[in-house]
Amino acid sequence: MGGGGYPKVSGILPITLNKAVKLIPVLLKEDKEYICVMKLHGDVSDRKLKAVLREFQGPIYQRPPLRSAVKRVVRIRKIYKIDMLERENRYVLLRIWCEAGTYIRKLCHDIGEVLGVGAHMYELRRIRAGSLSEKTNMATLQDVVDSYVLWREHDIEDYIRRVILPMEVAVEHIPKVVIRDSAVDAICHGAALAVPGILHVETGIRVNDVVAIFTLKGELVAIGKARMRSEEMVSSKRGIAVKTTQVLMSPGTYPPLWRQ
Amino acid sequence: MKKREILIRAEEETDPRYGKPPSERSVEELIETGVINLDKPVGPSSHEVTAWIKRILPVKKIAHAGTLEPP
Repeated sequence: MGGGGYPKVSGILPITLNKAVKLIPVLLKEDKEYICVMKLHGDVSDRKLKAVLREFQGPIYQRPPLRSAVKRVVRIRKIYKIDMLERENRYVLLRIWCEAGTYIRKLCHDIGEVLGVGAHMYELRRIRAGSLSEKTNMATLQDVVDSYVLWREHDIEDYIRRVILPMEVAVEHIPKVVIRDSAVDAICHGAALAVPGILHVETGIRVNDVVAIFTLKGELVAIGKARMRSEEMVSSKRGIAVKTTQVLMSPGTYPPLWRQ
Repeated sequence: MKKREILIRAEEETDPRYGKPPSERSVEELIETGVINLDKPVGPSSHEVTAWIKRILPVKKIAHAGTLEPP
């Protein structure tokens, strides 16, 4: 990496507690948004820079860096959008909206290669991870400590309620299927969701999409994989609509069907 | 972002005796199934801040989604 220095990295890091840890595989697949300062190693015209940035929108090839947690095979990641917000000579402020698993440091390096002058990521801030953004009750480490102490020692709840959020806020992006009370307990035991248990369905669900199964009270029951499109979930008489993949609600929260 | 609409298959009421809206959870219940939208500061790694929160909050399990440093 030319023009070294360890890059400053900050911003949205979703943290899941206890049962919500099961949401991790779902959250890892969510799209991300970043603000990034890229430093160029040579002079480039605005026109050329903008043209090259445009080329990097769409699917790109990336080989994971040496020190990475995944296998180092070239993979394709989608860059949905790159905006140049500002520029001061060799420092370029970018807003990047991309698929999960995109290496921004690598992206900056590759942009530098195509420009022919070289470049590196100078500073990075994640401003959104799926449903969680800077606009939705973001908390600092200090907020975590202070709010916990105020609740524990002084019984003050408002603050910690703004820091520890219901897990439902982390899956707002995922299409919802709302089910009957009588269908909840079977799902909590890992059963697949059959069509008769469904009340409402959001549009746009395709087969194999990740969906969130909710109660009428707005509680997340489970995450699953769609076996039907939204329209079929509504029009079919029978059949499996969603295969449950992660159960979030404890069994026994709602009564089992046979007891009603 | 695509705007989604809601298709209705059937209408039914929910029994107030079971479950509760997320907004009515106690703080203990929030900790049991909660999420923190953490603003990770510059400096410590994602693993470090996660371990740090684990020492503060009474949680058995904790995890972060999507490491936030350049490998």
